[in-house]
Amino acid sequence: MIDTLRLTAEEAAGLLERGELSPAELRRAYLDAIAERDPELHCYLRTTEEAEGEGVPIGLKDVISTKGVETTAGSRILSGYVPVFDATVAARVKAAGLSLLGKTNTDEFAMGSSTENSAYGPSRNPWDPSRVPGGSGGGTAAAVTAGLAPWGLGSDTGGSIKQPSALCGNVGLRPTYGSVSRYGIVAFASSLDQIGPVAKTVRDVALLYSVIAGRDPHDSTTAELQEVPRLPEGDSLAGVRIGVPNELTEAEGIEPGVKEAVAGALERAQELGAEVDECSLPRSVRYGLPCYYLIAPAEASSNLARYDGVRYGPRAQASSYQGTVDRTRDEGFGDEPKRRIMLGTYALSAGYYEAFYGQAQKVRTLIIEEHRAALERFDVLACATSPTVAFPLGERVEDPLAMYAADLLTIPSCLAGLPGLSIPCGLSDGLPVGLQLIGPQFGENTLFRVGHALERAIGFDTVPERLR
Amino acid sequence: MTWEPVIGLEIHVQLKTRTKMFCRCPVGFGAAENTQTCPVCLGFPGALPVPNRAAVEWTLKLGLALGCEIPERAVFARKNYFYPDLPKGYQISQYDLPACITGNVILPTAEGDRVIGIVRAHLEEDAAKTVHVGGRTGRIGGADYSLVDYNRGGTPLVEIVTEPDIRSADEAKRFLQLLRQTIVELGVSDAEMEKGTLRVDANVSVRPEGSDELRTRTEIKNMNSFNFIARGIEAEVERQIGVWESAGEVRQETYDFDAATGTLTPRRAKEEADDYRYFPEPDLVPVEPPAELVERLRAELPELPVARIRRIEAELDLERATVLVTGGLDRLWEEAVAAGAERVAAANVIANNLVGAGVDPAAVPAAELARLVGARERIPRAAFDEAIAKLAEPGFSAEPYLAEEAVSDTAELEPIVDRVLEANPGQVEAYRGGKTGLLGFFVGQVMKETQGKADPRVVNELVRGKLAGNGS
Repeated sequence: MIDTLRLTAEEAAGLLERGELSPAELRRAYLDAIAERDPELHCYLRTTEEAEGEGVPIGLKDVISTKGVETTAGSRILSGYVPVFDATVAARVKAAGLSLLGKTNTDEFAMGSSTENSAYGPSRNPWDPSRVPGGSGGGTAAAVTAGLAPWGLGSDTGGSIKQPSALCGNVGLRPTYGSVSRYGIVAFASSLDQIGPVAKTVRDVALLYSVIAGRDPHDSTTAELQEVPRLPEGDSLAGVRIGVPNELTEAEGIEPGVKEAVAGALERAQELGAEVDECSLPRSVRYGLPCYYLIAPAEASSNLARYDGVRYGPRAQASSYQGTVDRTRDEGFGDEPKRRIMLGTYALSAGYYEAFYGQAQKVRTLIIEEHRAALERFDVLACATSPTVAFPLGERVEDPLAMYAADLLTIPSCLAGLPGLSIPCGLSDGLPVGLQLIGPQFGENTLFRVGHALERAIGFDTVPERLR
Repeated sequence: MTWEPVIGLEIHVQLKTRTKMFCRCPVGFGAAENTQTCPVCLGFPGALPVPNRAAVEWTLKLGLALGCEIPERAVFARKNYFYPDLPKGYQISQYDLPACITGNVILPTAEGDRVIGIVRAHLEEDAAKTVHVGGRTGRIGGADYSLVDYNRGGTPLVEIVTEPDIRSADEAKRFLQLLRQTIVELGVSDAEMEKGTLRVDANVSVRPEGSDELRTRTEIKNMNSFNFIARGIEAEVERQIGVWESAGEVRQETYDFDAATGTLTPRRAKEEADDYRYFPEPDLVPVEPPAELVERLRAELPELPVARIRRIEAELDLERATVLVTGGLDRLWEEAVAAGAERVAAANVIANNLVGAGVDPAAVPAAELARLVGARERIPRAAFDEAIAKLAEPGFSAEPYLAEEAVSDTAELEPIVDRVLEANPGQVEAYRGGKTGLLGFFVGQVMKETQGKADPRVVNELVRGKLAGNGS
């Protein structure tokens, strides 16, 4: 009997390698777990009964194009859309022999922090199914925690990998912008979108990162990695300098239980030999959220223009071209994409561009500078990933600003293009708390080293109590 | 009051790169509809653009040929609007940071050199081709249905914008002829208006001569030949002068030129102003051409048409030099002259006879041409014409044609002349009544009777003499 709740990808690969398990048996174990628990959690939008690949199975967020497998990005406007090509990351995981379990749920076009914006219904948190798993990558994160996939890929624009990993109690990496190809990813905000791994351990995350990372000729914004990704080993953090940004620790709305768990994790770090000191990112925190909510919707308003029903996706019939496009988009998009298209269109409009989009770009440059300065003093920055633990379904649906605040702590480093790793660091009210580690550009190996040592010292049990 | 036209042009040049601007689909005409497409040029979710290096280099080369500066950094931008020919809902273009800026083109004219400023030349992707079927306007509104061919979508396109430095329709035409020849010689485009690989819009206004104000301009589109452009501009200049002189006000509008009727039709005014919401294309990094590349491209520029017009003008005259150079005929002319042909005669034969016969100048052996030019007044007209028509055939030799002699024996020709005059008593009477232009008619008839073998000069004299006398 395979315990998919506990089996790591690394262990699964070992079982296959040693012939203790056949690829079909391994895959079957996950499909059985999906059959058992997914009706409650709704992590998957669809599973693939047949799949190539003799390796460890994987779940892919539904914004990742998969050749021959419907890819909807959680939107009605792409229902029935079957890509004719694989996203580069999908091609890379296939080339590495991984077998696709299915496509995981997401907020529509990755816009949201709870998966409640999925046109196909919300996913639920395996720790407490009355609560959200976070978003937008709630499907992948919940699937990994619930043993419905050993690992998976998510996409992160302002926190969509890190925040769900924090709320579901697993490990998620948002890589350096430009280290992983975006080719074939249904775009939300091109200058922010990054694909990254989610798993139960830092080593699994590092392993999956090594499969997907590196320059892609199909994505001009990718770069050669400066170092080969390394699987972390060892427990010492001697000589590691950890900066704790005051503003990210004292920001309004951080729950006491979250603060406590993060403080505990930083104490563990010191015990392992790290130097922990305060630092400051004043503008990043004050202006990060507004800056993000100008840039991301602006790019989204343009990226979502292609969904007109002309070439793919459902088409609503009307008596004129304009009417057809209007109705297709009205019926195809949910509230959140519509809200962001309107915000973004406004921010880019003649007469407003300089005040909004132009200004946001300038602020973004300041945020990049501020982070660079902090990371000259420190090897990594650390703070909570999410201000709160998983919140109840429905709690913030009617309050977009409260929902946006869920990404308060993850957004600044996303704007700076920096890598961020979230690892579980304890429980608050019986729900997982995530510790966010932010590294310099292409500093993934440092994040893996620090994350791995801390993970071992903290000894967090990734299996939800109710499933043990 | 005398009015001065103020004209600026926007020129789109489709580059003939092997593949499209942002994907590796082939560029070309004649393929079945929607067969030269891929996820990138169809705007499928997640597809990303990758710039075509050749297109970028060719744009810089074209810019250098137009005397432009090449800024250190050019940025692709998204131009957002909805139309079915635009699969992504935006066109990737360049906006505030184009590839080439502030150039100028020198246009030699009879009144001296004119300098036409170039505001910018930037690189973008072409839209797909749409055909709107049914409806009265040929536009999407009111059409029964529309067909889209995405083969053209994503083809690299250079947009060249001139300063409003052009002062007449004729000058616009001459500028475009020179520009076209420059583009063709750089090898970056076929620049054929009929095929749409060269498209021109004109911005036109008028002002009282001597003033330097800029009045409201209108835009003319849909002109698909240089002559139509000239006619379109002329018609618009006249219309605007009429408006101002009747105390009216020219409104900023866009007109379509209808070549069949020579008239301008205003496009239906839009309810709202265009707002393309330009912003830097986040899927692409800025283009930062290294100085070495720019210098290499500059060094690779051939001798440009304008320089050759200058050079040849000194040996010929401006008009002929311009015709030869902008027609791509000057190299043949130079070779023919080097082979011994007389300059003016060679220019006339090349620009008139050769072009009239549709002969490819590149395939003509210059030495044989020179021999024909030298013999053209001696050999029968028919033989000369035939030789010209066959000049480009492989292994052509002028020899057999040169051996033919025109019939100049008056004894042989006189009876023929007589027959012609007798057969046309009405024309003879008219000629004698003062219609001396009929001389050519009689000469032509005699040439016809002799199957082109008669020496036209001898026939000319004979006919004139007979008609001047009191009959035969």
